[in-house]
Amino acid sequence: MHAHRFGLGLRREHYGDFLEGDVDVDFVEVISENFMVAGGQPRDILRRVREKHPVVLHGVSMSLGSADGLRPDYLARLCALVEEIEPIFVSDHLSWSRIGRFNSHDLLPLPYTQEALDIICNNIDQAQEALGRTMLVENPSSYLTYAESTMTEWEFISAMAKRTGCGLLLDVNNVFVSASNHGFDPLDFLRGVPMNRVCQIHLAGHSQGDGLLIDTHDSAVNDAVWSLYQQTIARCGPVATMIERDGDIPPLADLLAELDIARHLAAHREAA
Amino acid sequence: MNLANLQGDFHAMLATSSPVAGVPAGPGRAVYLNNYRAQLVGCLEESYPQLRAFIGEEAFLHAAAAHIKRRPPHAWTLDAYADDFCDTLQALFPDNPDLHELAWIEHALDQAFIGPDAAPVAADALAEVDWEHASLTLAPTLQLRIATTNAADLWFALRDGSSSLEGEMLPAPGGLLVWRQGFVSCLRALDAIEFAALTQLQRDGSFAGLCALLVERVGEEQGIASAGAMLADWLGSELITGVENE
Repeated sequence: MHAHRFGLGLRREHYGDFLEGDVDVDFVEVISENFMVAGGQPRDILRRVREKHPVVLHGVSMSLGSADGLRPDYLARLCALVEEIEPIFVSDHLSWSRIGRFNSHDLLPLPYTQEALDIICNNIDQAQEALGRTMLVENPSSYLTYAESTMTEWEFISAMAKRTGCGLLLDVNNVFVSASNHGFDPLDFLRGVPMNRVCQIHLAGHSQGDGLLIDTHDSAVNDAVWSLYQQTIARCGPVATMIERDGDIPPLADLLAELDIARHLAAHREAA
Repeated sequence: MNLANLQGDFHAMLATSSPVAGVPAGPGRAVYLNNYRAQLVGCLEESYPQLRAFIGEEAFLHAAAAHIKRRPPHAWTLDAYADDFCDTLQALFPDNPDLHELAWIEHALDQAFIGPDAAPVAADALAEVDWEHASLTLAPTLQLRIATTNAADLWFALRDGSSSLEGEMLPAPGGLLVWRQGFVSCLRALDAIEFAALTQLQRDGSFAGLCALLVERVGEEQGIASAGAMLADWLGSELITGVENE
């Protein structure tokens, strides 16, 4: 049986720490698209980091929810990177970014309908077949809901995981943010998704926007999200937990100290 | 409303900043609209820092807003949104070639940074070369364009924190060269002869052709000497990644 694992995102500010030091993490997560380039320093850094740490490839541009399918050129590049890096997980989001020739470069929300479920399942099947492996799909933060939805987010995720066999990347901060924005109980979300499919957990900070919480990744994980993390790990088996930080990035030591909180909570849970 | 129509409506909302039927009203719509524009402006700011410093924040944001209106993003990578910003700059500032060339430099440097890897030719690989029939391969990250202004000097000055240099026309056109040496993107201003030499070499690879061009431009004795000097410089600068006998 696997043990809990703890990792951090690889960000430019910490390249030197990861290349030169002995950073106490079980894995490193990178944004796939930053390394889906022909060559140069980014690919070299990833290769060198991979020599020291297992890597998770986390994508933001697959657009799994696009009504007109996936882009073959994107998939081909991702497959090449996966073949080279041999990541422990490959993940993307339960969202859409592109329709036709328009790409918003944002994680836009889907309506939770049978049609959208059919489309995303077809797209996940196509991606998993191309990659030759199971993907993890992450719940996004969202800021609006559609009247067309006929399912809750957790019902949709549950059906998606069952049909495609995909794993889940459960972003605890996103659950908290969406629950606050849309007025649902985050524990209903945790009760509704198949916890045995959760392979990875994201933790992050958020900000208060104009009447909405915004998933900004620019601050420390707050107490409410830590509390929800405790509830989450009480319900799932050993998972890979990581902290995302994309703005106001502190020294690596600060993030490692924050990761120690996750370690402590997981150890406390196991001891109980 | 089916998913394709809903996504088409969302696209229209983001591209036009106008309300549409498929995207519910409320504060969430503003969040997505703000994210969309912030991502695109952020991409342009990160891709063109010296241009931004050169033309000022207000003009840069005006150009970015115009670009977002003219060219919705289409590539899977956000970085590609910077690719055709030069077209928008030419439309907005048709009489400012310094600005066009400065933008070209920044974009070319970014492209070189993530361009294909290729090992430079090692000195010991040259011993057996029959130069009469030698074909040279240039670094895959190499980019050339004609220069009519002092944009290279502007770029170096801005990089070093100086904003006092003014854009000027060159007395005679030259060239701009961008490539990657190791992991470092490099910029060099070329005189007209070296620009012509590299342009021809990029086209056909022939060292004999390069010599013929230089002999035609500067005479036999100086032409052959220039070819040798340029070759030595290009090898030292890791611009040559292959030498083969035809």
